[in-house]
Amino acid sequence: MAERRIGEVILDVSNITLRFGGVKALTDISFNVREHEIRAIIGPNGAGKSSMLNCINGVYQPQEGTITFRGQQFKHMNSRQVAEMGVARTFQNLALFKGMSVVDNIMTGRNLKMRCNLFQQALRLGPAQREEDAHRAFVERIIDFLEIQPYRKTPVGRMPYGLQKRVDLGRALAMEPQVLLLDEPMAGMNVEEKQDMSRFILDVNDEFGTTIVLIEHDMGVVMDISDRVVVLDYGRKIGDGVPDEVRANPDVISAYLGTTH
Amino acid sequence: MPSTFPRLLLDHAAQRPAAPALREKEYGIWQTLSWADLAALVRDLAGGLAQAGLQRGQHLVVIGENRPRLYAAMLAAQSLGAIVVPLYQDAVATEFAYPINNAEIAYAVVEDQEQVDKMLELRTACPQLGHVWFDDPRGLRHYREPGLASLDALVEAGRAWNARHAGFFDAEVAQGGPDDVAAMFFTSGTTGHPKGVVHSHATLIDRAQAGARFDRLGPDDEVLAYLPPAWIGQNIFSYAQWLACGYVVNCPESAATVTIDLKEIGPTYYFAPPRVFEGLLTSVTIRMEDAGAVKKWLFQRCMALARRVGTALLDGKPVGAADRLLYAIGNVLIYGPLRNTLGFSRVRVAYTAGEAIGPDLFSFYRSIGINLKQLYGSTETAVFVCLQPDHEAHADTVGVPIEGVEIRVADNGEILVRSPGLLKGYYKNPAATAEVLTADGWYHTGDAGFLDAGGHLKIIDRAKDVGRLRGGANDGAMFAPKYVENKLKFFPYVKEAVAYGDGREKACAFVNIDMEAVGNWAEKRNLPYAGYTDLAGKPEVRELIRDCVEKVNADLAADALLAGSQIHRFLILHKELDADDGELTRTRKVRRGFIGEKYQVLVDALYEGRAEQFIETQVRFEDGRTGTVSATLKIVDAKVFPSMRKAA
Repeated sequence: MAERRIGEVILDVSNITLRFGGVKALTDISFNVREHEIRAIIGPNGAGKSSMLNCINGVYQPQEGTITFRGQQFKHMNSRQVAEMGVARTFQNLALFKGMSVVDNIMTGRNLKMRCNLFQQALRLGPAQREEDAHRAFVERIIDFLEIQPYRKTPVGRMPYGLQKRVDLGRALAMEPQVLLLDEPMAGMNVEEKQDMSRFILDVNDEFGTTIVLIEHDMGVVMDISDRVVVLDYGRKIGDGVPDEVRANPDVISAYLGTTH
Repeated sequence: MPSTFPRLLLDHAAQRPAAPALREKEYGIWQTLSWADLAALVRDLAGGLAQAGLQRGQHLVVIGENRPRLYAAMLAAQSLGAIVVPLYQDAVATEFAYPINNAEIAYAVVEDQEQVDKMLELRTACPQLGHVWFDDPRGLRHYREPGLASLDALVEAGRAWNARHAGFFDAEVAQGGPDDVAAMFFTSGTTGHPKGVVHSHATLIDRAQAGARFDRLGPDDEVLAYLPPAWIGQNIFSYAQWLACGYVVNCPESAATVTIDLKEIGPTYYFAPPRVFEGLLTSVTIRMEDAGAVKKWLFQRCMALARRVGTALLDGKPVGAADRLLYAIGNVLIYGPLRNTLGFSRVRVAYTAGEAIGPDLFSFYRSIGINLKQLYGSTETAVFVCLQPDHEAHADTVGVPIEGVEIRVADNGEILVRSPGLLKGYYKNPAATAEVLTADGWYHTGDAGFLDAGGHLKIIDRAKDVGRLRGGANDGAMFAPKYVENKLKFFPYVKEAVAYGDGREKACAFVNIDMEAVGNWAEKRNLPYAGYTDLAGKPEVRELIRDCVEKVNADLAADALLAGSQIHRFLILHKELDADDGELTRTRKVRRGFIGEKYQVLVDALYEGRAEQFIETQVRFEDGRTGTVSATLKIVDAKVFPSMRKAA
């Protein structure tokens, strides 16, 4: 039904090794992400999934290996630079401004796109006002897209967890990212919330053409929505391929799903 | 003067082209469509429908929430002399198959992907359904299905068609007459297939105008359209009366934002079934319980005053000067802000109907100065039969017959109605039509009731549901299940009740607790619970409900006619009754017979005197999957009271 338009490799991770003192969080990890695809990174607890995302995101600096984004290699880049390149992320444990409304939280995602200076904004000068209107209009489209209209003015801290996750996604979308990193977007959700979130992820991928890299615990969800899956275990890559291949991979079955002893 | 809906539209567009006709909140802003814009849109849509082959006398199904373009599509179809069939947007696909096939419908205009998926699911069951247009393209970009297109495309096609066929639209509108069939409404019906109720332009417009004259509605009124358009009440308030009066219909942003949108719009004319008023009151009560001590004290004092004099003031009865002054202060401090919070600041006329409203609930709204009234009518009567005049609103009656209506009470207590708004008949069902519509034009409402001394109609129950107790102490006594159920439901803790007793020696009941109210009650008592089933099984909750049941029994005992209907035994169901499981109709009426069969073991347990009963039930989730809920239900004996007459 849906025509897939998966393109060239836009994010290439090669031979990444990340150490925290003596602990090796990631060992020699390589994989790539193609344009417009939904790429999942799965693995049991402590497999190194979030560390991997933090490397791509520029939060951690891996000791070895390179990450290439659209042909541009980066090794020592901070998260702001990565964000400016068009990579946005959401967080496993949410990092929203609890006291601020949904609109304001998503508005913060537009921060990088704002051009007016503090003075213009403080005095609400013409250009600042026009710029704010334009950004607000974009935010409204996201609110409509994520179906959170009833909560526009609700402080985020008062919203249910599943909805906060949606706001987190909304803020990332406000950056109009080329690549969206989702850290366990469905953690702690009930079945219905997971289905909603899956639909939003697919819709983001489809309507905005955003490339998505997601980490997820829930095997079922991952297999349903991902184009390709990387499997990590104890910081090593043990599988990589389309969901069916990964599902059939004996290493994956024993590491992730457990073996019969 | 009799007219048709499209002609009314063109009149408004000609006389007041720039006046707002419809508003819809989108992207956080209310977007307005003027009468001229609307007429242009309807013209385009009609051209598109004509090009697609929609003919005079054919049917077009419309499914979705209240959306301006769906309304425009209805007008477009009627402009061509086609008949609009709105269906409930929350029904599952299989429920659409019968009406679509019954009326051989080949054209559908639906709201969004959800409805499109249902239409595609019906491809094999309804092969003739060749054209489906959708309003919201979200998620549908990659759908490549024959006959599926967007309303945008239909508007484009229609514009081109109209350019080629000048004068076509106006000729089609001129060809339509008031006695043409305008719309068909499928009644949810508690048994069997739904029946298509056929209405002409004349029946709907006549009643819409009669209602408008009764309450002096005009072009300056504002309405919020938030109930399902498939329900004739919604259709009358935001379609028939909208076109008859030319007021503004506002469409909420989404179903979830209705309370916010209501406050922003501040409608002047408002309609809601009792459960909506109940929900609003519950939310106020819950928020008040969390308020500070001073606010709480003030609220209680003001509400006590309102209970004492508020209703009398609204009814125009004499009230002392001191009380008037106090009420005016209360109005500034509490009633006004409360009306504003509820979105009722500007309400001039508010109606409730569909089911009985609790006296406390009814007088709460009236006491804070909201002109809430009741009306009586049904799909078959194009709603308006009886309305309560201002100053004559009572909780237990439904008003006086309005202009054009004649009422007669049959020997068996059934109410018969004659009015210009009666249905033309049930679609393709002369047998069913003959059952309700006599040759001399009387419609059998199926309701049992009587006209009281003041000429107000009082409804007791459905005529066919009024049963008799058999055997036991009250042999032959009247049993009115709905009357009893309603009395139970007037308690905030009771969400639904199902009473049994016809042909049995005593009455028993199933109860559904209200999750919000009982949950809050439990929280205040530090009573932990894991979900509905767990909460419903708590002994404390059983005691709470027993208290309600016994109060109802005491109340029933006061009425000699209904004293036999007192509830001897009851149980709290382990799951909430749900329309998706077929236990409620789409308008949330309990399907007593179906429930009785489905939970036969529970009915038996009630009557066989068992103390508890294990039950396992399949439930259907909203996404169509199924699961099971099981529990051992304790059965509670309630105290019954001797009838007052016998005691005297």
